[in-house]
Amino acid sequence: MSNVGKSPWIIHYDGSSCNGCDIEVLAALTPLYDAERFGVVNTGNPKHADIFVVTGGINDQNAPVVKQIYDQMLEPKVVVACGACACGGGVYQTCYNIMGGVDTVIPVDAYVPGCAVKPESILDAVIAGVGILDEKAKAMKKNPADKDRSEKDASTGAHASVADVDDGTNADAE
Amino acid sequence: MSKRTVVPFGPQHPVLPEPVHLDLVLEDETVVNAIPRIGYVHRGLEKLVEKRDYTQFVYVTERICGICSFGHSLGYSECVEKLMGIEITDRAAYLRVIFHELSRMHSHLLWLGLLADGFGFEALFMHAWRLRETVLDIFEEVTGGRVIFSACDVGGFRQEVSNETLAGIVAKLERLRDEYRTIAKTLLEDSSVKSRMVGVGHISTDKALELSMVGPFARASNVATDERLNGIGAYGDLAAFEPVLSDGGDCYARCDVRVREVLQSIDIISELVDKIPDGEVMVPVKGSPEDGAQAMTTLEQPRGQAFYYSKGNGTKNLARMRVRTPTSQNIAGMVAALSNVELADVPMVILTIDPCISCTER
Ligand code: SF4
Repeated sequence: MSNVGKSPWIIHYDGSSCNGCDIEVLAALTPLYDAERFGVVNTGNPKHADIFVVTGGINDQNAPVVKQIYDQMLEPKVVVACGACACGGGVYQTCYNIMGGVDTVIPVDAYVPGCAVKPESILDAVIAGVGILDEKAKAMKKNPADKDRSEKDASTGAHASVADVDDGTNADAE
Repeated sequence: MSKRTVVPFGPQHPVLPEPVHLDLVLEDETVVNAIPRIGYVHRGLEKLVEKRDYTQFVYVTERICGICSFGHSLGYSECVEKLMGIEITDRAAYLRVIFHELSRMHSHLLWLGLLADGFGFEALFMHAWRLRETVLDIFEEVTGGRVIFSACDVGGFRQEVSNETLAGIVAKLERLRDEYRTIAKTLLEDSSVKSRMVGVGHISTDKALELSMVGPFARASNVATDERLNGIGAYGDLAAFEPVLSDGGDCYARCDVRVREVLQSIDIISELVDKIPDGEVMVPVKGSPEDGAQAMTTLEQPRGQAFYYSKGNGTKNLARMRVRTPTSQNIAGMVAALSNVELADVPMVILTIDPCISCTER
């Protein structure tokens, strides 16, 4: 637990899950498992969230939604794929309307096994996610040009320089 | 007439555990129309019968929905047993109903928590979910799983549950009953909670019949529809069964019906545990469904009537498996309940129908 230097806020989105994992994600937040003792708060706003918890696989309808939520989150961010479905399609792997796990549309940092996942393992993953979050934050400080915005818009020089300016101000403030 | 605006709602929204999209047409702050759009959770499970044989498909039906999971495996098993002429033992039938009622309790407690969250009563949400853990503990103790536990199978019940364990379950539920009464009291008598729910999203009995609403949503509009009245399985052995009704038709009535159904489930479980006969829980299942054989059955899920249809083709795989779930019946009712409510009440009205999108879209 010594690595938790920050209260991670999570945002949860249900891809095409069966609800089994969703209710376990919620159960992890309620009194028995009480994720809030680690400062974990469930938020509905992608811009406030550090960790993106996705349950369920990806289909054509929800792929843009997942992608959009991910894009709206600020760096550094961590994606946790919860459950067999989110990891690779699970029982629905061979269904005609399932493209696969969450990593078919966005990069995933932690995979949580189980069908349905156990709240204990969700807690584990979220706490591991905080470690990854710290590493990413450190890497960003070391290499400011490595921000997602500049990565994405590498071709358009104007945006990249805006990112540089942003980082400059941050550095000054510190 | 004031100007109309369209507010998109969902698929990702804080009160929705599941993705559904609504276009809310507003006049000032009042909703005049709601246009639902679904399809975010569609997986294509019915088609999967072509790839999984009828014994493997139990696991797929369980994953139609993680909340009504046991109910779906129960409905599917009953349907396939009918198709193949399998007679299950009485003990298995009793155990199935006991676990189905436990699932209803877990589903309703979950819902009461979400409702409390919907009108901003965080502490009540936490308490409802804390009580729900009692039921999940029972599942975990008996079957090893918390929400999806593969206890029901074609041919009976996969776990032998001893009479002592059953008595222990009843004792746990009796303890739960007292604690539950306190949160039920807050939900039903607290004046601020009442002021959010009374008179909101009203549906009359005639309208409910016209829209073919099912489950607690219909029962709150005083429509006496409950599949348990048909006495399929061990429900037939109950001394008496009366559906829980209310004539309010509003959000408060829907909450009231579900609150009382939890207590009703505890009564059903205690009665069945008293009466349960001894014996085996599984009968051997051999062969395949005959070509062209058809069977159907209905079941009262926590959210209302679910319908199961299956057709054999002489092989291990079924030719067709069809499930019609309660929420797909209730979407028309939801849209009707949403018209003329304030924008701020929309999340709560949606919650009070207890939508289960992953059932609906499969
Ligand atoms: S991993 Fe299992 S429990 Fe979780 S969403 Fe998928 S099917 Fe449901």
